[in-house]
Amino acid sequence: MTAVIDTENLTRKFGNLTAVENLNLHVEEGEVFGFLGPNGAGKTTTVRMLCCLISKTSGTARIADYEVGNEADALKIRKIIGLVPDNVGLYDDLTAYENLDFYGKLSRCTESQRKENIKRFLMMLGLWEKKDVMAGTFSKGMKQKLAIARALIHDPEILFMDEPTVNLDPESAKTVREFILELKREKKTIFLNTHNLDEAQRICDRIGILNTKLMAIGTPEDLEHSIGARRTEIQLEQVNDVILNSLKKLSLGKISRDESKLTFELADPYKENPVIVRAIVEAGGNVQTVSVSRSSLEEAYLKLVREKE
Amino acid sequence: MNLSTSWIIASKELKIFRRKKSIIYGTILFPLLLDVLFPLVIIYAEGKNGGIPGSYLPGLLNAFSFFFVIAAAVLPSAIASYAIVGEKVEKSLEPLLATPTTDGEILLGKSIAAFIPPIAASWAGLSIFMVLMDRLTSNTLGYLIYPDWSIGVIFLLIPIAAILSIELSVIASSRVSDVRSANSIGGLMFIPFMVIYLAGEIGVITLNTGNLLIISGAILIVDLALFYFSVATFRREEILTKWK
Repeated sequence: MTAVIDTENLTRKFGNLTAVENLNLHVEEGEVFGFLGPNGAGKTTTVRMLCCLISKTSGTARIADYEVGNEADALKIRKIIGLVPDNVGLYDDLTAYENLDFYGKLSRCTESQRKENIKRFLMMLGLWEKKDVMAGTFSKGMKQKLAIARALIHDPEILFMDEPTVNLDPESAKTVREFILELKREKKTIFLNTHNLDEAQRICDRIGILNTKLMAIGTPEDLEHSIGARRTEIQLEQVNDVILNSLKKLSLGKISRDESKLTFELADPYKENPVIVRAIVEAGGNVQTVSVSRSSLEEAYLKLVREKE
Repeated sequence: MNLSTSWIIASKELKIFRRKKSIIYGTILFPLLLDVLFPLVIIYAEGKNGGIPGSYLPGLLNAFSFFFVIAAAVLPSAIASYAIVGEKVEKSLEPLLATPTTDGEILLGKSIAAFIPPIAASWAGLSIFMVLMDRLTSNTLGYLIYPDWSIGVIFLLIPIAAILSIELSVIASSRVSDVRSANSIGGLMFIPFMVIYLAGEIGVITLNTGNLLIISGAILIVDLALFYFSVATFRREEILTKWK
C-alpha cells in the first residue's frame, strides 16, 4: 500500500497559538482515516493545510506525489482532492445541477463526464428529482449531501470531509454515513474529521486522536485495547467486608462496587479472573455472573483528551 | 493564468446576478435616470428661456455625458463587493478556493462579472442619451451633435473607470469582512470623478476630447498599477483564517 497522505512534524502556528504541533501521519490509498478531537484541536487547520488552503509553519506534508507548500504543486494537489468543508457553502441562487456543473467545469471535467457524474451522485444521494431546484431552498441534510456530491464531481483520489454529519438530523446523518460507506467500498481514500465517536468507529479503518498534538493512532480496536484497561464485572448474591478484604489482598487494579456488583479494571482479565473468582468463593461469596468488557473508544478518547488538558 | 477558468467563474457570477433583482435594478436605474433627467433639463430650459444657446450646448452635453462615466465608476463596486465578500459571508469561498484555480483566475473571473453589467448598462444609457440629445438639440444646433469624438472618448472612459472601481472594490473586499463595508469603500469611487466633473464646471479644466483622452490615459495607468496590487492583496489564507 502507498501512503497518499504523508506528514512529518507538520506544524501550524497562528501568532503565539499553536494549532497543530509536529503531526506525523501516513494515510494509505483506499483507507478511511478518521480524525477525532475536541473543538479547537486543529482538525480543520490540518485539513486546510493538506488542501493547500493555508500554509504550514514547519514540517513537511505530501499528498500523493506532490509537496504541500510548494506553489507549483498546490494546483496539482487541488486537482486530485475533493473537500467537504464544515460549512457547506453552496450557491443558494443556483440549482443543485448548476452548483455541481460549475465545480465540474472548474475541475476541467468534460461535458459528458459532468453529466454522468452529476446524475450518478445526485441519484446515489437521492437528490436527482431536485436537480433543478435552487440549493437555497434545500434542507440542511440535502445541502450536506449536495456538498458531498460537489466534492466528488471530478472523481478525486482523496476526499477530505470536515464534520460531514454535524448539525444533521439522525435520518440525514445516516444517509451521509451510508454514502461514505459506499465510497469506502469503492476504495476511495477518505480523510474524515469528526466529533462523532460512533461514526468514526463504524466507518474508519484507522483513527487518529488529535488535540493539537496527535495523541494516539490506530484501528478503533487498537485504540480501545491500548488505551483503556479491560473490565471484569462480577455479579454476586451479596458483597460483604470479608469478600472485599480478601480481594484487596490480591493487589488488583481499581475495584469499584455498585451494591452487589463488583467491577475490576484489569490489564489481563483472562489471567486474573480465575484468581478473583476463587478468592470470592473462598471468602464465602456466591458468584452469579462474570462478564468481561473492553473500554470503549469513547473512554479511550476522553482519557487521552483529558490527559492533555 | 487560464482565461477559460476565469470565464467559468464570471459566467457563474453573471447567472447569480441575473437572479438577484436588486443587482439588476441597481445597475439599470442610474443610467436610466440620467437618460430621463438630462432630456428633461433641455426640454425645461427650452420652455422657460427659449432654450439653451447653441454655443453652450456642446460643452453642456459633454458635461452631461460625463455622468455616465461616474455611473460606470459607481455601479461595479456593489457587484464586485458582493462577488468577493458575499462569497465569504455565504461560506462558499472555501470550496471555491479548494478547486484547481489560482487567485488571479478567481479575481479576474469576479472582475469580469462585475465589469460586464455596469458597462452594458452605461453604454446602453449613453447610446440612448446620444439619440435623445440629437433629437432635442438638432434644431438649435442645425446639425446632429452625436456621434462625435468626445462621446467616443466617453465610451472609452467608461470601461477604464469601471476597471478602477472594480480594482478598488477588490482591494477593499480583501480588507473588510462584510458586504456593506466593502460596498461603502467601493462607492467612494464617486468622489474622484465628481471632482473631475466639478473641475470642468468651474473652469479648472475643459472636458474636451483632448483632456478626456489625457484623463483616460492617466486612469488606465492607475488601473494597471492597481491590478497588480489587487492580486497581491487577495490572499486566500488571510481570507480563510482572518475573516469572521
